[in-house]
Amino acid sequence: MKCRVCRGPAIIDLRQHNANFCTEHFLRFCRDQVAKAIKDHKMIEPGERALVAVSGGKDSLAVWDILLDLGYEADGLYIGLGIDEYSASSGSYAVDFAEARGQKLIQVDLRNDYGYDVPNGSRAAKRAPCSACGLSKRHIFDKAALDGGYDVLITGHNLDDEAAVLFGNVLHWQNEYLARQEPVLEGGGGFPRKAKPLIRLGEREMAAYCVIQGIDYIVDECPMAAGNRHLRYKEALNTIEAQSPGAKHTFYHGFLDKAADLFKPEQQVGRDGLEPCTSCGAPTPSGVCAFCRLVDRATAAQPIHFTKKENVDG
Amino acid sequence: MQVQLRNPSRTLEFDGPLSVVKLLSRLDVNRESVLVIRDGTLVPGDAILPDDCTVEIRSVISGGSGAAGYPSTRRP
Repeated sequence: MKCRVCRGPAIIDLRQHNANFCTEHFLRFCRDQVAKAIKDHKMIEPGERALVAVSGGKDSLAVWDILLDLGYEADGLYIGLGIDEYSASSGSYAVDFAEARGQKLIQVDLRNDYGYDVPNGSRAAKRAPCSACGLSKRHIFDKAALDGGYDVLITGHNLDDEAAVLFGNVLHWQNEYLARQEPVLEGGGGFPRKAKPLIRLGEREMAAYCVIQGIDYIVDECPMAAGNRHLRYKEALNTIEAQSPGAKHTFYHGFLDKAADLFKPEQQVGRDGLEPCTSCGAPTPSGVCAFCRLVDRATAAQPIHFTKKENVDG
Repeated sequence: MQVQLRNPSRTLEFDGPLSVVKLLSRLDVNRESVLVIRDGTLVPGDAILPDDCTVEIRSVISGGSGAAGYPSTRRP
């Protein structure tokens, strides 16, 4: 198997591109794909400051690495979710990456800063763990980006993530969610601009990028996400992809090219009528925002210091 | 050859030489969902794995479950 560019020995085959690459040209391929996504969708303008939401996983560390390599000013943001060993381990990968590259990493800890964690919060609020986690992360991402004066919040969502979400949204015809599938969501009204530069690269490419670059990341996935619907969609799409290489790219990018505009009015509807949360000031349909309600329920039901004391004392 | 898998963590033995594609087929693993790594280096699909090597089959699926095709496994 030979590299498509230099004809040297290939280290990876990308069936969706009908191409094989050596190390050097695979890394260049990844950077080119990210640069193209940023340019095509006007994700980051020259001179802008980016905040990268970092989980310690392959995608967020890879996108941070690529942005730095492309010359962007990009700090990291890590949120400690309080999911036992998983959070401790994932946090260490984020910290190690930032230290090795001399980059700034903002750290927020749900337990220390808000008095709850995802396991307790999801039980108290009667939400699925992924729901409580997502709600918490979105709020803290937005707040950190706005408080820090960043121009854009970057997330490591890749092609597989976006195709799986699109699959689920189409399956259930979630028009409002389909309107938010754009790779860039403009800021304003209490939201930062958000962008997903990895929409042209899949999970396999991102894992390969980290292996090649020597980026250590948490390989094991979140124990609370096991068996969730998003994963089932990914598996279904990978089954299709194995028979029809390129299917995921065609599905997602075909949506962006041919259908996304149809849902744009829904995007504005979703933002119209939002008002500041009476507790924290974040945009919300009315009254107290969902994040503040989650914090209230979680801390009222099981204050975190009791949980920690019980654990210590046995 | 020794083949290291995760979730649950285990090592399986296979007779080599064997191509990567055939190994993944025997494991019933979807190629789209994994990387094959030998001595810290990626191994492409047509590579022949010798009998005395050790390889890691690493799932690339994010979100909490095992890779597509893994029988009876799930990420912790």
